[in-house]
Amino acid sequence: MTITNSSSVMGDPDTSGRFGQFGGRYVPETLMPACLELEQAFKNAWADPSFVKEFHELLNGYGGRPSPVTECHRLSEQLGVRILLKREDLNHTGSHKINNVMGQTLLAKRMGKTRIVAETGAGQHGVATATAAAFFGQECVVYMGEVDIERQKLNVFRMELLGAEVRPALSGSRTLKDAVNEAMRDWVSTVESTFYCLGSVMGPHPYPWMVREFHRVIGNEANAQCKELLGGDVPDVVVACVGGGSNAAGIFSGFADTDAELVGVEPAGGAAVGSGIPGVVHGSKSYLMQDEAGQVQEAHSVSAGLDYPGVGPEHAHLADIGRARYEAVNDTQVLEAFEMLARTEGIIPALEPAHGLAWIIAAAKELAGKTVLLNMSGRGDKDVAQVQAIKAGDPVALKTMRP
Amino acid sequence: MTTTDTTQTYGTLETHLRSRRDAGQKLLLPYITGGFPAEEWTQLIDGSAHAGADALEIGLPFSDPVMDGPTIQESSTLALSQGATPQSILDQVAMAKPGIPLIAMTYYNICFRMGHRRFANALKTAGVSAAILPDLSLEEMAPWRESAASEKVETVMLAAPTSGDARLQKIVEAASGFVYGVGLVGITGERQELAESALTIAKRLKAITDKPVLIGVGVSNPQQAREVCEVADGVIVGSAVIRRLLDGGSVEKAIDFIGELRNGLDKG
Repeated sequence: MTITNSSSVMGDPDTSGRFGQFGGRYVPETLMPACLELEQAFKNAWADPSFVKEFHELLNGYGGRPSPVTECHRLSEQLGVRILLKREDLNHTGSHKINNVMGQTLLAKRMGKTRIVAETGAGQHGVATATAAAFFGQECVVYMGEVDIERQKLNVFRMELLGAEVRPALSGSRTLKDAVNEAMRDWVSTVESTFYCLGSVMGPHPYPWMVREFHRVIGNEANAQCKELLGGDVPDVVVACVGGGSNAAGIFSGFADTDAELVGVEPAGGAAVGSGIPGVVHGSKSYLMQDEAGQVQEAHSVSAGLDYPGVGPEHAHLADIGRARYEAVNDTQVLEAFEMLARTEGIIPALEPAHGLAWIIAAAKELAGKTVLLNMSGRGDKDVAQVQAIKAGDPVALKTMRP
Repeated sequence: MTTTDTTQTYGTLETHLRSRRDAGQKLLLPYITGGFPAEEWTQLIDGSAHAGADALEIGLPFSDPVMDGPTIQESSTLALSQGATPQSILDQVAMAKPGIPLIAMTYYNICFRMGHRRFANALKTAGVSAAILPDLSLEEMAPWRESAASEKVETVMLAAPTSGDARLQKIVEAASGFVYGVGLVGITGERQELAESALTIAKRLKAITDKPVLIGVGVSNPQQAREVCEVADGVIVGSAVIRRLLDGGSVEKAIDFIGELRNGLDKG
C-alpha cells in the first residue's frame, strides 16, 4: 500500500477554486474582494510554519488532540466486521468542528478581524465557534434556524454561556440552509470588519479547501494510528457521515491516496450526492437537491447537523471520479445504530456519525471480514433528549423523523 | 478617464437608456417581483411604464436570495408559494407590451438549471432585454456571457463599494445595458438616509465609463433618488416599491409611488 503525505487525489483546487467541475466563487460582488483577500490570507498563513505550529499547539493543548482510534471489540464480533472508531467525539466541545474553528478564528486574528459570524445546524459548529471566539476574545454572532433552535435548546444555551449572540433564521425551512443565507446576508453587510467562520467544506472558494485543510489532521492522525494498529496497513474501508461533508473530507484526505475504499453516508432525506443534480447555492457549484426550476429543496433528517440540501464540491468531485461512493440511510436505521453503539461499546454517538454506523450495519454482509474505520465525528449528549422524546412517542419529536 | 467606443452597437436596453440619458433625463428603474401579488402583478408592468419608469426590473423569485433583505424575500416566498416559476412569469411577461425595456433579475441557479442558452432564449422570447444575476461573479460569468451574447441578451453587472479600482474597470468593461452600482455594503432594503457610499460608487463609476450608471440598494424615496442622481445617471428602487404591495397595500399605491419617484427625479 502506498501512502503519500501530500495527497494528490485530494490536492489543492485549481486557481478558480474548482475540484473538477465543482466549486468556484458564486457570490455577490460585495463579497468577492473579501473572498480573494481570504484566499490570499489563508495561502500565506498555511505556508507560514509559525501559523501552522500555533494551530497545532492550540488543537493539542486546548482542543485535546490527538484523538485516539478505538477498536470496537463487542460490536465487531456482533457484526462480523472489524470496526475502528476515530474518536473526534472526545475533542473539546464534543465534535470534530473544533479543528476548523480554531483554524479560522486564528486566521481572523491574523487578518485583524474582530467580529465572527457563523451558521449552525445542530449547534455543534455554533458551539465550537462561540468557544473559539471566547478563547480569542472575539465578538461572535451565530445564525441558527428557528426549527433547529427548538430541537437543540441546550446548544443555544451553551453558545449564550460562551458569550455568543444566537440569532434565529426565520425564512424558508428555518434550518441550516436558511442559517447559511442569514450568515451570508450579515457578511454582505459587515464584510469590512467581519470574518465569516463557515462550518463545512462548502461555500465560495477558498472555504471548501480551507476547511478541509483544517480538518486534514483527522485523516493524517488516523492514517498513522491505523498503520500502527494494523501492522502497517490501512483499513479496507473508511466511512464518514456527510451533510456538507467536513468530517468526511478531513478523514478521507488521510486515505485518498491509499487503497482504502471511501464511503460517505448521507441521510435519505438529504442525499445531495445520491439524488441531487448539479446546481449553485451558497457560493459554489455542487450536487444540490432542487426542483425542475432550480428552487432549492428542503432536506429532512432526524439529525439537524445533516439537514442540508447541498454537499461540499469536493465530495461531488470524488463521487464523479469514482474515488468515493455515497450511500444513504433512513432515520429508523440511524436510531438503531445510535442505540447499538451505546449498548455494545459504551459510546453514545451523535446522530450524525450514527448514520455511518447505520450503513456499516446494513452493509455488514458486504463488509464481512473487512476492517472498517468510522469517523466518530461527535458525541451524542446533544441528541439524548430528542431520542428520548422520539422513543416516548412525543408527537413533536416524531415529526423530526422520516422513517 | 472616460472610454468611448464609437464602433460599438449597443443592445436594446443600453441604446434606450443612453438615448434618454443623453436627452437629459434621469433614469428610473423600479423593481417588481414576478408573480407577486399573484393575480395582479402584470398590471405593474404597464403601470410602471405609464408612471414614468424608463425600464423595469422583474425578479424571477429564487428560494435562497442572499442579496435580498426581508421585504423582497417575503415577496419572493409569497410568489413561490403561489406556484410562480421562472417560465410562468416569463410567459406572462411575453404578453405585456409596456414600451420600455424589461430586465430579469434572478439568482444564478435559476439560469444554470434551465441551461445558459435556453435561459437566454427564454428571456429573448419573452421580450426581456437583459439579465441581472447578482451571485454570478466576474470570475464565473464567461459561459453565461457567451450564451447571452448569442441571443442578444445584455448582462448588467454589479459594482460594489468594496470593489477595488482594478475590479471596477473590469466590471464596467464586462457590463452591457448599464452598470448597477450597489449603493451600500449590504443587502436590499429601505434605509432612513442615503449612504455616503452611494455617491462614492457613483462617482467612481462615472469617472471610468460612459455606460449608464444606475445606483440601487438603499435608495428608498424621491429625495434619496434625487440626491444620488446628482452624480449617477439613474436609480433602481425595489424594496420601497414592494413594501407598498405588502401588508394590505395595492398595485395602485405602488404605481403612485413610482410616479412620485418620477416627479422627484424630474424636479431635480
